[in-house]
Amino acid sequence: MQVCTLFFATYRDALGTGTLDVDLPEGATVGELVRRLRSRGTPFDRLPEVPAVAINRSMVRGDAPLAHGDEIAFLPPVAGG
Amino acid sequence: MSRPVSDHGASGYRTSIAQAPIDPAAVLALVGDPADGAVLLFLGTVRDNADGRHVGGLRYEAYQEMAEDELNRITEEAVRRLGTDRVAVVHRVGDVSVGEVSVAIAVSSPHRAEAYQASRFIIEEIKKRLPVWKHERYEDGEAVWVQGQALEPTEGAR
Repeated sequence: MQVCTLFFATYRDALGTGTLDVDLPEGATVGELVRRLRSRGTPFDRLPEVPAVAINRSMVRGDAPLAHGDEIAFLPPVAGG
Repeated sequence: MSRPVSDHGASGYRTSIAQAPIDPAAVLALVGDPADGAVLLFLGTVRDNADGRHVGGLRYEAYQEMAEDELNRITEEAVRRLGTDRVAVVHRVGDVSVGEVSVAIAVSSPHRAEAYQASRFIIEEIKKRLPVWKHERYEDGEAVWVQGQALEPTEGAR
């Protein structure tokens, strides 16, 4: 399956991109996606081991399962207001 | 400004994540009712200083679609607590100058207590939950992403 990942603010600056399509085995979780990205090495290892993640615009835990076509956003600590 | 939900009256609040400068009078005009005895407007503005450094301006970046959803969720929660739907919230994104309004929250209610509570609730939840980031520019030319608050998983999330 394929998911679309989004990176914002510090994460986007660190990776040099705001969006990336990633192929994953069926049944993969958020945690597995993070491990696979970080294992690509620099600059992906600059993502935290346990980042805040939203699936399709809702915050989820690290064990959340992914589905084909999901939009997975990596969200650094926020500073609105 | 987007009208997020129904015309049933229960969800007549307004929210917006806006690129354009915020007009406080226009936000205030979205609330108010003959039954209300309290009208409250909160404005967050861009300070000219941070941690002893002189700030020249800043840029807000948002995960636009999720920020719109989350601002609606926050406002809905406030409406449920307040018991009135006369609430309008606008958060600015993009380049914002010192002194300009970054967020505006207007609330009206029969009595003042609910209006103050709702306004306070909304600004505190915005700071905790809205997927928005602040890139601060200093007068010496340096610019950094402001250290923020870590987002938490939603209750009952996938």
